This record gives sequence, structure tokens and C-alpha cells, in this order.
Amino acid sequence: MSALATVATADNVSTFQMPSINYYAITPILIMFGAAVVSVLVEAFLPRGARRPVQLVLVLGSLAAAFIVTVDLRGTRLVTGDGAIAVDGPTLLLWGALLVVAFLAALLFAERSIDPLGDAFAPRASTLPGSVDEQEFTRRGFLQTEIWPFLLFSVTGMLAFIAANDLLMMFVALEVMSLPLYLLAGMARRRRLLSQEAALKYFLLGAFSSAFFLYGAAMLYGYSGSVGLVEIADTLSGKTAEGTLVFIGVALLTVGLLFKIAAVPFHQWAPDAYQGAPTPVTGFMAATVKIAAFGALLRVLYVGLGGLRWDWEPMLWVIAALTMLVGSIIAITQTDIKRMLAYSSVAQAGFILIGVMAASPQGLGSAIFYLVAYAFTTIGTFAVVSMVRDASGEATHLSAWAGLGKNSPVVAAVFSLFMLSLAGIPLTSGFVAKFGVFASAIDAGNTWIVIIGVIASIIAAFFYVRVIVLMYFADPGPDTASVVVPSAFTTIALTASAVMTIALGIFPQWLLDIIGQAGVFIR
Amino acid sequence: MNPANYIVLSAVLFSIGAIGVLVRRNAIVVFMSIELMLNAANLAFVSFARMNGNLDGQTVAFFVMVVAAAEVVVGLAIIVTIFRTRRTASIDEPNLLKY
Repeated sequence: MSALATVATADNVSTFQMPSINYYAITPILIMFGAAVVSVLVEAFLPRGARRPVQLVLVLGSLAAAFIVTVDLRGTRLVTGDGAIAVDGPTLLLWGALLVVAFLAALLFAERSIDPLGDAFAPRASTLPGSVDEQEFTRRGFLQTEIWPFLLFSVTGMLAFIAANDLLMMFVALEVMSLPLYLLAGMARRRRLLSQEAALKYFLLGAFSSAFFLYGAAMLYGYSGSVGLVEIADTLSGKTAEGTLVFIGVALLTVGLLFKIAAVPFHQWAPDAYQGAPTPVTGFMAATVKIAAFGALLRVLYVGLGGLRWDWEPMLWVIAALTMLVGSIIAITQTDIKRMLAYSSVAQAGFILIGVMAASPQGLGSAIFYLVAYAFTTIGTFAVVSMVRDASGEATHLSAWAGLGKNSPVVAAVFSLFMLSLAGIPLTSGFVAKFGVFASAIDAGNTWIVIIGVIASIIAAFFYVRVIVLMYFADPGPDTASVVVPSAFTTIALTASAVMTIALGIFPQWLLDIIGQAGVFIR
Repeated sequence: MNPANYIVLSAVLFSIGAIGVLVRRNAIVVFMSIELMLNAANLAFVSFARMNGNLDGQTVAFFVMVVAAAEVVVGLAIIVTIFRTRRTASIDEPNLLKY
């Protein structure tokens, strides 16, 4: 009896093949995941005072190590883990950009000199806002160091999301990326009701959209018999009749992805989550989630659904046009700087979508350039927002920014640089990026979307320039905020993003060369 | 029994879940509706695994269960925090962020 059972087990084992994994190619993911696990152990076992320095070294060290390995991996082009993970040129490029931007965001997380009470996070997120407990924890200077494992897990998920070559991997990575962000959004030290509300809305809508993603994946699995993107593409090219399943699948799957990049009409969460979340977290999610989600969207559309290009292109056309126009127009009416920047990021997503729908190697390259340029500018923008303060905390109302250029000329000049870059003015990275996506769209024959894009850019320039006018040409009033001098953490992040914004605007060729060498997604 | 019927059932469950998210006002019930949508996807995966004759769909279902459990932890943490602050689990009450 037992002999029979053993034979049966051995038989079953022999039918399952152990997937061969190239461990070196996925080392960046493994480093971040390992660091995240160690970071949880640090929270559990180290005394309170020792946690922050240890976590800082761990986070910054692991991000730097993962970046070095990513650079060393350049030229790698392989699919590993039984088709689950693809490490190719675009993957490595987006990994590199993501890790650098996450490093800068981690520096913003670590900032403690801006707020007299401590860092940007609640001393204990579980205490009631305004309660005696909260005041006591604040008085004793407690810090919520759990933000560091959240950051690391989120970056792990983003790396895996970019490299995911099958829909199961992609779904798991999507959740590993998003779940820590939902929690981080609710941890602000000041205006905690807003922060908790942002977390609730972000979570419910995010979970709703990932359910759509999953059901779309199920439909594509039913159609092709596999969750692998390559197998789905092969099935698409092999069958003549496309059928209902595949269309339902593509629609639901792209809804899930378009939600993450905050494309209209799936953008409703973005203004609330951006405004309520602690500003370093806003900068982190605005920059890195865009990179990760666009990486995944590009791979799904180019590798998995390239055969359906004529079916998804009209859909993306409408969504890109709506995203640019609605984002730009609603941003004009905003009076809160964080909310305005949220709608601006919605509009920027529309411009990147133009590069995505060109469906050519040139379009892919221009979208990647746009993502890199946008991510650096965004981190810098939110670094400045975190420094402009009044007695109650960050002064996010636009009226508080009036006359800022007279009191703090340097910070106002840096912020103007970022605004000009987002508006797409020459000599900044935003211009080269916009030029790239528009050129690729014209080459692909999408002239009309470029015309809409230019109109949206003009509308968007209005509200970006309005902030500059407000800072320089208005007199400081009684509500005008003051700029707090930050410690080295924010200064480094701000300087790095300002340098990148100018460097990519004046000397973009080196990055364009790297993108050119990176090539296209591996099939 | 024809496995295609289970696909129809999963589509019905998914729709009930989606409508539940849109019309219900209690955060817990909204969250339950989202879980119903995830489980509808699981049912579809398992039925398709039977129809396609491979095990991929069943494997996916296991992963989805784990992910859904993790999502419950995060979701309930956020909903309970809101409840302790505002003494309500309604998703219409937190309305400081708008337009």
C-alpha cells in the first residue's frame, strides 16, 4: 500500500518540471525582497531608538546594490522562471530609473528637520487623531519606522511588475506593489483625517480595479489556455476568429492597468490619494507607480496583445485624448497645489499614452524617456511642496504661494524649473519628452492625437505658468508661507532631480542612446 | 455537467460584486463585494482549467486566495482606523477630499 503510494507520488512529481531560474538576472528583485524581509525583522527585534538608522542604511544600501546589479546586467535579454519573468532592455532601463527615483523618495521619507515635530509620518498610525495618546507619542518623539518595510515591499512589487511576463506574476506583483502604498497613504502626521480618507478611497478603488484585472486575466486564460503573455500572443496569431472571450479579457485587463496609471475615466482616486497622502509618499507613488504601471502596460500591449493592435488602438486613442484634456482642464480650477499636481499627473499620463499607442520601437523608446523625465521632475516637485509651510504644516493652498519668489528666490526658481519642465518648455526634460512622443505618433500616422495633445499642452501650460506668476508677480500677503530649510536628505533629492531635469533637457542624447541600445521587449 | 455553466455563474457573481461596490454604502459590504469579484475570477480560472485541460488555472486560484487574504488584512486595518476616528463605516461620511 505504502509502496503504491510512493510510486504514485514519484509519478506525479515527474510530471511537474522544476522551472529553471536564472537567479542572477532577477537579483535586483531578490535584493529588494530580502531587504524587505530583513526590514520586518529589524522592526520586530531591534530597540526603538536603533531602528531608524539601521532601516535607513538597509533601505538606501539595498536600493543602491540593486541599482549596481541592474547596471551590471545591461545587455541581458532572456526569459526565466518558466516564462514568468522577462529581463530585457526595457525592463532593465525601467528598473534602473525606478531604483534611482525610489532612492530619492527614500531620502524624502527620511527627512526630519522640516517639521518641528519630526518626520512626515504619524508617530503611531493606530492612535486616534487628536487623542491624548497621539500627543504623548508626539511629545516623546516616537517615529513610525514601519514605513521602511512598506517602501521596500512596494519597490519589490514594482520591479516584478515591470518584468512580469505572465498574468499571474503580474497580478501578484500588482498587489505587492499596491498594498503597502494604501497603508502609506494613511499615515500622515498632520491632517490625519484627510490622510485616512485618502487611504480608504485609494484602497477601495484600487482593490476594485485589481478585481477587474484578475477577471480579464481569467478570460484571456480561458481563450488561450495559458496565462503567459507569449502563449496568449501565439494563440491570437494562430486563430482566425477572435471571439468574445478575448475582447472581454483585453477590456477588463486594460481597465486594471489604466487605473494604476490614472487615465481618465479611471483617474478618480488620484486627486484624493495625492492630496491626502503624506507628501513624500505622494512623490513616491506619483513617480514610481507611473514607471511600473506603464512598464507593465507596454509589455501587455506589445508582447501579449500586439496581434490585436487594430482593436485596442482606437480604445487607447479615446482614452489618451480624454486623459490629456480632462486632466488639463480640471487642473485649472484647482486651488490646492497637491491636487493640482495630481490632475497634472493625470494629464501627463495621457501624453505618455500617445507614445504607447504608436506601437513601434520608436514609440516605446519615447514613452520610456517620458517616464524617466517625468519621474525625476515629480520627485523634485513634491520635495519643494513639503518645504513650503506655515504654522499648521504644509501650506498647500495656492494663495500661500503668492510672493514666494520674493522671500525665497532659490526654491521658487527650482520650482519654476519643474513647472516649466512639466509644461514642456524647451531646455527642460519635459520638452524633449513631449517632442519624442509627438514625433513617434506622427510617424505612426496618428496626427489627430498629436493635435489634441498640443492643445492639451497649451491648456496645461496655463496652470503651470500661473503658479510661477503667483510666486514672482504677486506681493507676499499675510498668508504667504515660508520655506523651511531642510536637512541634507531633501537637499540631495531636490538637487538631483533639478540636475536631471536640466541635464535631460540640454543633453538628452546619452539617455536616448541608452534607450536605443535597449531595444524592444523580448518575445 | 457542462463546465461552461460555471463560467456563466462566475460572470453573474462578478456582476453582483461590481454592482455591490457601486451601490452599497457600508465600507465593509463594499469590501465584501470586491472579495466576491475576486472569487468569481477564481471560479472562472478553475472552470477554464477544466475546459482547457491544464492546471494553470488552479494554480492561479491558489495565488489569488493568498493575495485576497493579504488584501483583507490591509483593507480591514484601514476601515477599522476610519471607524475608530469617525464612528461610522459609511463611505459617504469621509468627504473632506473632493473636486
